[in-house]
Amino acid sequence: MTAVAHARRYAPGDLIPTLQITPVSRATLALFAGASNDHNPMHIDLDAARAAGMDDVFAQGMLPMAYLGRALTNAFGPFALCEFGVRFAAITHVRDRLDCIGEVITAVDCASGQRLNLKLTVINSRGEPTLIGDAVVEINLEEQNV
Amino acid sequence: MSSRSTSQPNSMVDVAQIGYRHPAHSVDVEQGKLRFFARVIGETNPIYTDEAAARAAGLPGLAAPPTYAFSLELDQTRPFAMLEKLGVRLNRVLHGSQRFIYHKPICAGDRITLQSVVEDIYEKKGGALRFIVIRTEATNQRGELAVEMSKTVVVRQSRSAK
Repeated sequence: MTAVAHARRYAPGDLIPTLQITPVSRATLALFAGASNDHNPMHIDLDAARAAGMDDVFAQGMLPMAYLGRALTNAFGPFALCEFGVRFAAITHVRDRLDCIGEVITAVDCASGQRLNLKLTVINSRGEPTLIGDAVVEINLEEQNV
Repeated sequence: MSSRSTSQPNSMVDVAQIGYRHPAHSVDVEQGKLRFFARVIGETNPIYTDEAAARAAGLPGLAAPPTYAFSLELDQTRPFAMLEKLGVRLNRVLHGSQRFIYHKPICAGDRITLQSVVEDIYEKKGGALRFIVIRTEATNQRGELAVEMSKTVVVRQSRSAK
């Protein structure tokens, strides 16, 4: 596979570009249910959600995690991720806007370039963190000086 | 309560289930499904939607986005059979956490075998919440470990079950 060379080095405190998600719609929840194979009716069937005591359907946790994954692959390319984990801190509701944020916590040199630890957060429209996570990526700097 | 819970219809799960290995299942990674997933999450990198771009990057087919292995695990006739086997009712569970460790890319055309094991079970809030940690290995058709997953399922225990 082709390594993706990065033109820059990272330092602790650096932010990756924030991925902003327009309001989550019912249509997105329905499509993501089909695309992700998560057919749990709590996310797509208002009757089922109400029967379980919820006011409304709500997003699959893996939807904002997929958005965070996009933020990571946007920043580092598709082959840099070593590890990616989140804790689901709050439910994502219909009409929530989401900001997917990544901050470099540590950056150490490794054989191919840099190994980064990132702190990840997804913040909703009310300023609440809905996902809190971390990632380890290895970026390739080998072709930087070519 | 420490008795075995396999015959109980309520939401109890038992620490005796730590180590339970669910039967493995295999699934074909399909190009059309990958493209659908990428479109729904708004992915714009052509490596996830354009076969020529994926091949130009040295892959045999479209790449799977970082969280897609989770969807492969659900791609079976009874996706929640493992939780049912553990005596968990689906309307009492929340996804507490999720982690992926990446070893090899997963691509269209791969056949991935998923093997899950209950790694831990513990309680919080005096037994009101029970946490089940499930670890899954996703292995490709060459026998290479592609992705490791770990998820924590949070079960809200009913009062009657305590």
